[in-house]
Amino acid sequence: MAEVTMTVNGRQVSRDVEARTLLVQFLREHLQMTGTHVGCDTSQCGACVVHVDGKSVKSCTMLAVQADGSAVTTIEGLASGDTLHPMQAAFNEHHALQCGFCTPGMVMSAVDLLQKNPSPSETEIRDWLEGNICRCTGYHNIIKAIRHAAGSAA
Amino acid sequence: MSKKLVGQPIRRREDFRFLRGEGRYVDDIRRAGELSAAFVRSPHAHAIVKSINADAARAAPGVVGVFTGADLAADNYGSIPCGWVVTDRNGEPHKAVPHYPMTRDRARYVGDQVAVVVAETDAEARDAAELVEVDYEALDAVIDLTTAMEAVQIHDEAPNNLCYDWELGDEAQVDAAFAKAHHVSKLELVNNRLIPSPMEPRAALAEYDNGTDSYTLWSTSQNPHMLRWMLCGNVTDIPETKLRVIAPDVGGGFGVKIYCYVEETVCLWAAKRVRRPVRWTADRTEACLADAHARDHLTRVEMALDEEGRFLGLKVHTIANLGAYLSNYATSIPTYFYATLLAGPYATPAIYANVHAVYTNTSPVDAYRGAGRPEAAYLLERIADIAAHDLGMDPVEIRRRNFIQPDQFPYETPVALTYDIGDYEASLDKALSMIDYDGFAARKEEAKARGKLRGIGLSSYIEACGVAPSSLISRFGAGAGLWESAEVRFNATGTVTVLTGTHAHGQGHETTFGQLVADALGVPYDDVEIVHGDTSQIPMGMGTYGSRSMAVGGSAIVKACDKVILKGRKIAAHLLEAAVDDITFSDGNFSVSGTDHSKTMAEVALAAYVPVDFPDDLEPGLDENAFYDPLNFTYPAGTHICEVEIDPDTGVTEIVDWVAVDDFGTVINPLIVEGQIHGGLAQGVGQAMLENGVYDHESGQLITGSFMDYCMPRADNLPSFRIGYTETACTHNPLGVKGCGEAGAIAAPPTLISAIANALDVTHIEMPATSEKVWRIAQNGAAAK
Ligand code: FES
Ligand code: FES
Repeated sequence: MAEVTMTVNGRQVSRDVEARTLLVQFLREHLQMTGTHVGCDTSQCGACVVHVDGKSVKSCTMLAVQADGSAVTTIEGLASGDTLHPMQAAFNEHHALQCGFCTPGMVMSAVDLLQKNPSPSETEIRDWLEGNICRCTGYHNIIKAIRHAAGSAA
Repeated sequence: MSKKLVGQPIRRREDFRFLRGEGRYVDDIRRAGELSAAFVRSPHAHAIVKSINADAARAAPGVVGVFTGADLAADNYGSIPCGWVVTDRNGEPHKAVPHYPMTRDRARYVGDQVAVVVAETDAEARDAAELVEVDYEALDAVIDLTTAMEAVQIHDEAPNNLCYDWELGDEAQVDAAFAKAHHVSKLELVNNRLIPSPMEPRAALAEYDNGTDSYTLWSTSQNPHMLRWMLCGNVTDIPETKLRVIAPDVGGGFGVKIYCYVEETVCLWAAKRVRRPVRWTADRTEACLADAHARDHLTRVEMALDEEGRFLGLKVHTIANLGAYLSNYATSIPTYFYATLLAGPYATPAIYANVHAVYTNTSPVDAYRGAGRPEAAYLLERIADIAAHDLGMDPVEIRRRNFIQPDQFPYETPVALTYDIGDYEASLDKALSMIDYDGFAARKEEAKARGKLRGIGLSSYIEACGVAPSSLISRFGAGAGLWESAEVRFNATGTVTVLTGTHAHGQGHETTFGQLVADALGVPYDDVEIVHGDTSQIPMGMGTYGSRSMAVGGSAIVKACDKVILKGRKIAAHLLEAAVDDITFSDGNFSVSGTDHSKTMAEVALAAYVPVDFPDDLEPGLDENAFYDPLNFTYPAGTHICEVEIDPDTGVTEIVDWVAVDDFGTVINPLIVEGQIHGGLAQGVGQAMLENGVYDHESGQLITGSFMDYCMPRADNLPSFRIGYTETACTHNPLGVKGCGEAGAIAAPPTLISAIANALDVTHIEMPATSEKVWRIAQNGAAAK
């Protein structure tokens, strides 16, 4: 067992975990924060994306011990109170989610894209989302939502 | 008059919980004292299970028990049923085979469940599962469809691995049509195997309460009542009264979550055995191995034509793969959801289909988005293109020439369906103008100058949705009616709780049904709550698949609202001291005709629950339920056209434009309908150029057992789509709706293959048209020139 301490959505948490515990398991099983999802075993789908020290990371591909001392933001930490983050609001406005399973990872990934590239083209958005799979929406409205959130819609 | 919500692009209210990470999926639910289950799965495609030694596993840390099929058999757990009996050519029922929750003697596909380990944690269960020693005697695997009927036998009950040899249509009439044909166009094609892959893997959590001898099962199900019915009516001795099935938020279904599976059945059993809640969540590899797969047909199609390109007769021979066992509706998909659609939008006078459905050592195959209808549309649209090519006609013209005309409805097809309404040429014309069909030649030239091969392709599809009229499908062999239920319950304060037997797993019912009810009852949208997915809350219902929720479930809601209004008029008449016939209802007000006397819906509801001044002959309360059994299928139809550009040096196909023009009848929420089209298109594009479920023909190993190998469509594979509508309202349901969930998945494969073949100047390319396949053809073509 190893003790890990990190800040999750602004709150400091410490737990004893098995060394093999993945960050996503730490969030879901140990902190009962089930907003971050698991959709694959091979780091392909992006349902698990969170921010670690400000950067989007697939939390199924990082051990909890690797995140020791980090600041983690999950989908639960994105809105401020009742006010949705602009990316969340854009997803609602443009119907960028259906079953909602890919959505947390998709939103977290999109937020990081705009941090890196505030006005991406459609092609740049599509390329960035290559690691986030959605089976429901055909991506059309996700792209639209991100473009609007970026203020870059044509 | 207040603004109607039906027809408006209302933003979804369910979004807020999903966007904040507050959705509640099965794997998010935790019960005190719960254990985890991990399955031991056969690594062989076909093997006799000689013995199972679980001593080491039982001794492993955290393990509570290791169980096999024999343990479930001892508690009377029987076979998982197939609910649809298909009668073969000789009048015999299909060759049914048992599918026990965990195999008792033989493993029949890679992933077949052999034993289960129940342990304190998921990791401990998985670790211990590795320690279970199974002694297998490997047998030859049956994988190849072309030889399946001559191969080693998989089930004693099914000689030659044949489930049925079935036919539909008049063969003699078709032969006569072929005898007088000017030309016969022919094609052999593969409809590739798909692994449906909703993003949320299947999961189950079962709990047993000793005090009441009852169970709760949380399941990733599209139809909790059907699941309960199968578990209680077929598999176990548990009475329906003692099993509550809850399907909470479900992360996509597409058909694969309709069925009763081994894993949830085992969790249910184990919860009682170990007297603690037992959970299981598939990892993606398990999902690939053991979810029901889809399609997998080998088909020979022949079309007889006259000089003018009119379709005279269609002959189809298909071998359909059913996998190792029968999934719940497997038998119906390559028959009644497939061959019945072979007329498509065309007035082909004679049609004959013959289907051999075979068992193989692969995962069971069942319905997936479109279910049978994509297979029909694909072969029909492919042969239409080839016929046009053979006769030197424009592919648009050959379709136009053969469409059923608007004045021919209701139109009885030679394959057992009666279309109520449609206007196929209207969709075609609109799609042609949206894409600027006439300008294609110039665009192709321009692309050529950039070194790209540009192609255009189209398809005109029809589908049968709103499953299904109970009497019709029972004639076809269905074991259940497919009506839908609704209850509309006014609360004393005037808010409305609507219980629906459908289930939403992405479709947005909380919004669209809310729109419907707010309009029908004239109550604020925010006062309407939609409840679904819990057998202890909702009336018996049949769930969601086959684009049925609005057409069937929505119609049931309308019926229940009508009953509420009828009763409300009686209450209002009493309160207003008027005759019932003089009471009119609109916008939430009951008024006496010709006066300004009126009562609001909320006042009437309150009076119903405080019945002091109330009609003597009326029961208190305002709570009505309704069951709606559709009179016919609905028949959405449309034309899709796309343009692609192929880079001959890499084989990469870029979809540069896509126009979808569909007739879904009345549209309740255009925002949601468009989302459904986009999603269907992505799945159809996936099938046409990316996805392929592949088993090694020798070993029977699933080669595409993860997202590393099974190529899911991603954002950079797809274009933005352009959507248009035409509208002919469905004639037989109160909303005029037809259903939109499957259109994209049906229309996309033939549209895209048509465009790729056009770009490559070939008549056909098999799905998936991967870059490698396209590149080889492009290179050969270049070499030939
Ligand atoms: S769960 Fe992390 S990428 Fe799929
Ligand atoms: S919304 Fe269902 S997977 Fe993306």
